[in-house]
Amino acid sequence: MKKKKHEKLFHMVKRDDISTSVRVAIKLGAIVIALVLCAVITTVATGYNPVEVFFSFIDGAFGSSRKIWITMQDTAILLLISIALTPAFRMRFWNIGGEGQILMGGLGAAFVMMNFGESLPSGVVMLLMIVSSIFLGALWGFIPAICKAKWNTNETLSTLMLNYIATQLVAFFIVYKVPSGSAVIGIINQKTRAGWMPELFGSKYMLTILIAVILTISLYFYVNNSKQGYELRVVGESEKTAQYVGIKVGWVIVRTMIISGALCGLVGLLLVGSKDHTITTTITRGLGFTAIMVSWMAKFNPFIMIPASLLIVFMNKGANNMASAVGLNESFGEILLGIILFFIIGSEFFVNYKIAIKKDRKKNNSEKSENKGLTDVSKNKYEKY
Amino acid sequence: MVGIIAFIQGAIGQGIPLLYGCTGEILSEKSGNLNLGIPGIMYVGAMSGVIGSFVYENSVAGELNPFLAVAIPILCSLLGSMIMGLIYGFLTITLRANQNVTGLAMTTFGVGFGNFFGGSLIKLVDAQVSSISLSRTSSFFTKTLPFSGKLGWFGDVFLSYGFLAYVGIILAIVVAVVLKKSRVGLHIRAVGESPTTADAAGINVTKYKYFSTVLGCMIAGLGGLYYIMDYIKGVWSNDGFGDRGWLAIALVIFTIWRPAVGIIASFFFGGLYILYIHFPMGMVMNEIVKMIPYVVTLVVLIITSMRNKRENQPPASLGLNYFREER
Repeated sequence: MKKKKHEKLFHMVKRDDISTSVRVAIKLGAIVIALVLCAVITTVATGYNPVEVFFSFIDGAFGSSRKIWITMQDTAILLLISIALTPAFRMRFWNIGGEGQILMGGLGAAFVMMNFGESLPSGVVMLLMIVSSIFLGALWGFIPAICKAKWNTNETLSTLMLNYIATQLVAFFIVYKVPSGSAVIGIINQKTRAGWMPELFGSKYMLTILIAVILTISLYFYVNNSKQGYELRVVGESEKTAQYVGIKVGWVIVRTMIISGALCGLVGLLLVGSKDHTITTTITRGLGFTAIMVSWMAKFNPFIMIPASLLIVFMNKGANNMASAVGLNESFGEILLGIILFFIIGSEFFVNYKIAIKKDRKKNNSEKSENKGLTDVSKNKYEKY
Repeated sequence: MVGIIAFIQGAIGQGIPLLYGCTGEILSEKSGNLNLGIPGIMYVGAMSGVIGSFVYENSVAGELNPFLAVAIPILCSLLGSMIMGLIYGFLTITLRANQNVTGLAMTTFGVGFGNFFGGSLIKLVDAQVSSISLSRTSSFFTKTLPFSGKLGWFGDVFLSYGFLAYVGIILAIVVAVVLKKSRVGLHIRAVGESPTTADAAGINVTKYKYFSTVLGCMIAGLGGLYYIMDYIKGVWSNDGFGDRGWLAIALVIFTIWRPAVGIIASFFFGGLYILYIHFPMGMVMNEIVKMIPYVVTLVVLIITSMRNKRENQPPASLGLNYFREER
């Protein structure tokens, strides 16, 4: 500073550690404040009283057994995408290309369904669909990864561009298949149901939910307990450290992004093969972006992503129900979601930092200079994200 | 000849919103803030202006006051995008939240804001109209320079736009000069390259980050306003603005963080966006042509990182937050 100002009364200090209960309390506090604010806004916008609003939200998400199933399926899909993106994020690779990777997966599945659905036996069709969607998803993860590994290309920007290239490829595929008229691919193979993913336990929603459960558990162990998971976490903490201990950084980046992309491709397969049975450029409905926030909100812990996804789906369904009941636009849900996200994002600050009154300064300095082991440092640094 | 002139006019008209978004985003990124909320902020900028002029139009029965008809939407738009910028700045600069996540949340919120009011404004203010059509206010925005019709093709190509188009071009030049030549620009760039060094040199990092991020958001918001008030003549349709905000971010990379280059580049992108309207080549080719801006941007991004020239790189601390006590 040019001239000496009066000393500030308080300043921010990084927390060294924080107990889980305090952390949870801060997060829940933020969510509660956000929900109260949402209730106030809803009351003002619709004229309903908060209790009615609450029940309308519950009705939108859990009002009938069909609504419960759809809520569960949507939660599962959001959860799956969040999980798919997580390994890359733990590596501090900002893959915001989930949208594109899902679309490519969906494109692969739709391509096989439309071209081979009726000429090959159904087992082969499904196998081809799985292979092609996972391959295309993985390819869309591989491109930014290899550029990052070789030339250190900014991955946020490259994955963003790949989203729109994928969107245009799907748009191209659609007009190529339906050159005249509506340019909409209706339900694919509606009569033969070729390439439709099987129903489990008599429910068409079950497959997605089951895959979500399996992948949540396996990804948790992959990231936290496997050698590859350890490698990608070290790369995330510090590339220099990773090189020093003999990890091939470039290969880890490429491998992790192939996994991330392949899992997104799998979601595309589920959307096209099991949920919608059609393909459009907006089949992801922005979930690739929402999932980034889910993964980050949950601190990259797959199990915490379950309630986080559920919260978002619940808010979305509830707000839609509310808005259509009073004749307002359905985007109301996005406004409420945005507000909740702002609060959760802001609350992160109070988890990582504390406000210190001036006289504490000496004490904090001595705390800061403490030496820490590698695992300790890594734990702390990771919390910064 | 007539076809080509119409195409150039269309390309520039399409390019101006991108130019605003690009200028704003460059200003923000130069200070180290990768603002992925720009698409949402442009929606908010557009919608705030629409709300302002909608309320004004519906409260005045007779002739509109030309000054108010222009000033109210602009001020509302600036206010809306300024609030968005302050939210983003507070979360990322003061609270040091992750910029990508914050930006995406801004986009979710902003697009939702635009579409919600787009679909509900009439009901909310109990107006007696069937759709949001602001032709009366819009006519002040679309007014061309008085002598544009008399100068043949020169007038059509260079003078036939509403005043916001020229403001956009001037802003891009001003931002380019300020960033490159002035002390303020030097400080902004220093903060974006290395906040630690800037801080040590006595530059107030927080102040400059706030300044350029919020100002960048306000400039971007005007892009939304131009689109709605001038380009499509005041008729709001939900999701009508489309993915132009993302295209503006692509443009930032395409121009390698140079606002003045953005002027030409935005017209180029705008031209690609509407090429299929003026030169019909079949639906299939259209979708391929629409892909070109993104492919070209990706290629530029990869090539600049391959060549690794220092002056062509993103600001070194782009996307990272600064906390003084963490060295």
